[in-house]
Amino acid sequence: MSSEAGSSRVPTELHAALPPPTVASNRGHHRVFLGMAAGVGKTYRMLLEGHTEQDAGRDVVIGLLETHGRADTAQLAEGLRSIPRRQVTYRDATLEEMDLPAILERVPELCLIDELAHTNAPGVEHAKRYEDVDEVLAAGIDVLSTLNVQHLESLNDQVAELTGVRVRETIPDDVLGRADEIVMIDLTPEALIERLRAGKVYPTERIGPALNNFFRIENLAALREVALRQVAEEVGHKRLITERVGSREESMAAEAPQAVSERLLAIVEPHPESQRLVRRAWRSAQRLGGELDLLWVRPPAERLSDDQERSLGALRRLASVLGANLIVEESDDLPAAVADVARRQRTTYILMGASPPARGIGRLRTPLPQRLMERLPGVDVRIVANRAQRDDGTK
Amino acid sequence: MSAGLIIAIVVAAVLLGVGAGYWLPPHGRRVGREAPVPVRRILLPFTGPEISRRAFEAAVRLAKAENATIMPALLATVPRTLPLDSPLPAQCGYAMPLLEAIEQRAEAQGVAVDSRIAQGRTYRDALRRLLDEESFDRIIVSASGQRRNGLSAEDIEWLLERVPAEVLILRPAPDDTRRISAAGVAGHF
Repeated sequence: MSSEAGSSRVPTELHAALPPPTVASNRGHHRVFLGMAAGVGKTYRMLLEGHTEQDAGRDVVIGLLETHGRADTAQLAEGLRSIPRRQVTYRDATLEEMDLPAILERVPELCLIDELAHTNAPGVEHAKRYEDVDEVLAAGIDVLSTLNVQHLESLNDQVAELTGVRVRETIPDDVLGRADEIVMIDLTPEALIERLRAGKVYPTERIGPALNNFFRIENLAALREVALRQVAEEVGHKRLITERVGSREESMAAEAPQAVSERLLAIVEPHPESQRLVRRAWRSAQRLGGELDLLWVRPPAERLSDDQERSLGALRRLASVLGANLIVEESDDLPAAVADVARRQRTTYILMGASPPARGIGRLRTPLPQRLMERLPGVDVRIVANRAQRDDGTK
Repeated sequence: MSAGLIIAIVVAAVLLGVGAGYWLPPHGRRVGREAPVPVRRILLPFTGPEISRRAFEAAVRLAKAENATIMPALLATVPRTLPLDSPLPAQCGYAMPLLEAIEQRAEAQGVAVDSRIAQGRTYRDALRRLLDEESFDRIIVSASGQRRNGLSAEDIEWLLERVPAEVLILRPAPDDTRRISAAGVAGHF
């Protein structure tokens, strides 16, 4: 083991794991080492675990290893059996890729596969390495793999905004969601930069550009936060699944069709008050991990005032920065239009502002939330209040 | 007196009233139908996760005096590698609760709020785009060398040259440590 392992800057790890499966399965066990950036020690940790498993008597092979020229990593790989890469020819160029058929033929107990988000050269079995891993797992082989958080599809926008770098190689979040264990390899941004400066991450010529671009304290701090949140969410998600299948009744309930993910629909108008509704809807969408749609049902032939035009422009910009979709439907039947859009968008939550008190003959009409619930069974309807008007007894 | 005569007197009185109402000054126009005075708009731009309490209170005082709407505006910067209309989840993460806190505080004091988001490559670019699209009567900024707390001195100089609105610059004060942040949101957000 290198001296690094004994130092105070050994990456710490957070573990998100499912309890042992209740039903026996032939599928392999998948453990992902997740990090905020290159150089935190994911591959190193994967190799250490490979050695531990081999010492315990298991048949371990390296399916693919990217040392990136790091001496410590290459040294640690010694003593582990490795399946040679295969040569793939593409447009007069020879590329090296993981030899999936050789792994499947060899059938080890545990296979170490680096860089889960890698895109394969054209002409091999799968376009992406995570698909190769899926096939290895399906063959009953356990897999240890590595991933940087910026490669997760849902975080792509956020990471690009934080760092200014758009990652091209992404993997669906579902791949991480299906993993049996996620081990977060954590390192402080300061420690990672120190490792980078010491030449432990990249060769000398790449250190300067890396420090000036991606490897800045603020970038790394933000990415670290994203990675920690991701693991925390995975832990929460898996705990919920475990609890749901804990009892027979709950197990039966779990078999009922579930929405794939939450999708929220906020009913807005070109009015300043709608912004409060949109902010709350966005916050809820974040907590639920869902998509957000905004719907304005515009009465036919309605002419907008200057104020309404400005409010509509503000709503468009708000939708844009929040990553929400603004939908404009022309109809004079609000409940019918909302119901149509909710079905089309597979909405699970509807959020709306509080209507003013009904007067006169309007009191005889069924309130809008009730009409929506009648038209959309199974969809939650939430009325968003103005918190500034709340009398909490402190005033 | 016959019923017909009574009806005729009532109808005549009504017609007389309507006629007088029309002919008395201002002719044909009721005072209540005067064109409404446009609401004044006070822009309160911010760039970080908090704003100066002093700037906010100045905006509220002016808004109350002038029956104006406060328009807090997030100046969001978009990396050059991304399209200008890209989602900005990280900046929204602190700006949305802050907008909520500003709105709650202002409305509790009876002042209307209409928020804005302006996207640009820099804070100044975002502000320029916002000012190109909308007009404001006043702009309140906190002068600060720290961009997280406000616009830089160069930005304010540019603002004074560029904007046909009254610009109220709050001088940095040593005791100006009070801030409004997401922590000020009442209730669960």
